[in-house]
Amino acid sequence: MRASSFGFVGPLGAGFLALLAIAAILVPLANLALPVGSALHVSTAAMSLAGKYLCYALLAVALDLVWGYCGILSLGHGAFFALGGYAMGMYLMRQIGSRGVYGNPSLPDFMVFLNWTKLPWYWTGFDLFPVAALMVLVAPGLLAFVFGWFAFRSRVTGVYLSIITQAMTYALQLAFFRNDMGFGGNNGMTDFKDVLGFPVQADATRAALFTITCVALGGGYLLCRALVTSKLGKVLIAIRDAESRVRFLGYRVENYKVFVFTISACLAGLAGALYVPQIGIINPSEFAPGNSIEMVIWVAVGGRGTLVGAALGAILVNYAKTLFTSGAMAEYWLFALGGLFVVVTLFLPKGVLGAAMDWLPTRRAAPRERTQPSAARDDDGRGNLDPCELT
Amino acid sequence: MTAHLTRSLLYLDGVTVSFDGFKALRELSLTVAPGEMRAIIGPNGAGKTTMMDVITGKTRPDKGHVLFEGDIDLTRLDEAEIAGLGIGRKFQKPTVFESQTVEDNLILALQAPRRVASNLTWSVGEAAARRIDDILETTRLAAMRERRAGSLSHGQKQWLEIGMLLAQEPKLLLVDEPVAGMTDAETAETARLLKEIAQHHSVVVVEHDMSFVAELGVQVTVLHEGSVLAEGSLDKVSADERVIEVYLGR
Repeated sequence: MRASSFGFVGPLGAGFLALLAIAAILVPLANLALPVGSALHVSTAAMSLAGKYLCYALLAVALDLVWGYCGILSLGHGAFFALGGYAMGMYLMRQIGSRGVYGNPSLPDFMVFLNWTKLPWYWTGFDLFPVAALMVLVAPGLLAFVFGWFAFRSRVTGVYLSIITQAMTYALQLAFFRNDMGFGGNNGMTDFKDVLGFPVQADATRAALFTITCVALGGGYLLCRALVTSKLGKVLIAIRDAESRVRFLGYRVENYKVFVFTISACLAGLAGALYVPQIGIINPSEFAPGNSIEMVIWVAVGGRGTLVGAALGAILVNYAKTLFTSGAMAEYWLFALGGLFVVVTLFLPKGVLGAAMDWLPTRRAAPRERTQPSAARDDDGRGNLDPCELT
Repeated sequence: MTAHLTRSLLYLDGVTVSFDGFKALRELSLTVAPGEMRAIIGPNGAGKTTMMDVITGKTRPDKGHVLFEGDIDLTRLDEAEIAGLGIGRKFQKPTVFESQTVEDNLILALQAPRRVASNLTWSVGEAAARRIDDILETTRLAAMRERRAGSLSHGQKQWLEIGMLLAQEPKLLLVDEPVAGMTDAETAETARLLKEIAQHHSVVVVEHDMSFVAELGVQVTVLHEGSVLAEGSLDKVSADERVIEVYLGR
């Protein structure tokens, strides 16, 4: 590995982390320290909205790790995000205690409503933050491990894999809709009161959650970046570009895929867990197949196989979505999103970030930095977003 | 296992493979001795590539034995396990990792633990760096080290793939049509490279190009319709009437 002045993160990653650090400090300060009337004041709603974007950015980084670097086009990452969110939601529900509508000290309102008399066994321990925090990672990680174990050992790749990941998230959505699953059914979980003893609605708590989200995104990025710049990362890229060749070199491709898929799912779960207290609700709509497809668009727009681009894409697309859906154009959002995907695929196959890097003098973009999948296909000038090619 | 089996590095006996009724290999038997270099020739559809697929675990034979180093049954193992035993393969169409540099391609191929955990922390040590330098020298790719493999010429890709084979340090190299699409100068260079490699490794070369095979000057096995038609020196098989009829005479 060639040592640059920015270490293994590179200049782009260093800039990204610096921006995150500035946001992590200045945004909460602008919310808490500046008076409401000040021009620089950031409202709590705006801060939570930005926090939501950053959760999505972490999710996009996780997705880019498997799609951009290992060629696994997961259309089910929403499921891992939602599972992390549910684990956090369960903890927050248990923190409500006797302050619920029915005043039951141990049962959440929706269970009282269903005439349940005791907590289901799988809610055990969720009143304890360390247990819930562990489950935020373990629940999606375990699902990804088991799913990946079967899918990758059977050498399911390409569109077939994408389709079964869609089926997985859809099946979970249907399951979580059911009241007798014990996760609040259709309504999900909401009306949270405290997190770790701090009131979840308070400005200071929201500010802390925002900062923690910045740290989580930075940490998630560093982890992924460390993975993709290691020799393991070279193996992942090789799997993406020529899977069977990697087998003939003696690598067990399925083990690499299961490993990276599980790591990615854990990061997606973490993103979901940070999302829930800032948004205040988790329900089965998070498992909707469409959500998982939208995530792929964020990554494609930002620039696949760059990590920073994925985060950027998530923020850009979601900001556009907020602007679009709050006006008279709201009904046309899905058309705009679909159109965006088509335009990016046709004209910016490397995404916004890839296009921007191409504009810079070539010496800035050292060959090592440019591991984007489309770069491999420069020679024949084809785009990189055909899922059939991503095996 | 009988004693004569253990002396051969690769032993194929009665191997049959059929695809939807078409017999790609029928009762193919072949042995390669340790340190030997063998050329396999034959017309299109003779089963040369299928034979490589069987040896490397890509295709399972319907019947027959495929033994490596006397007693390892290759038909029970998958691609990664077979590669781990020390059988390296170069494909007909050069298959290198195009978006990665020439050096990274060699790093990926280099003999080293293949487990996930080992590769999280692996870095190029002194011995590995020297090995990479040597291979770049041998394959005449030293100047291309930092180039993306996708930007190499066809011939250079073939050499890079041979270099990757060397980096694996296999006991047996299977080389499928190494000079297809090469210029005459590149072909001569490749023959030199393979002869150099054959000094320390067992090599099986599948090739169409007769002048190239002549240049290698090794034992030749002629395949036809999935089984061995003739075996011996190139001069001997070229004189064989059946060989002339199915292959050379056309």
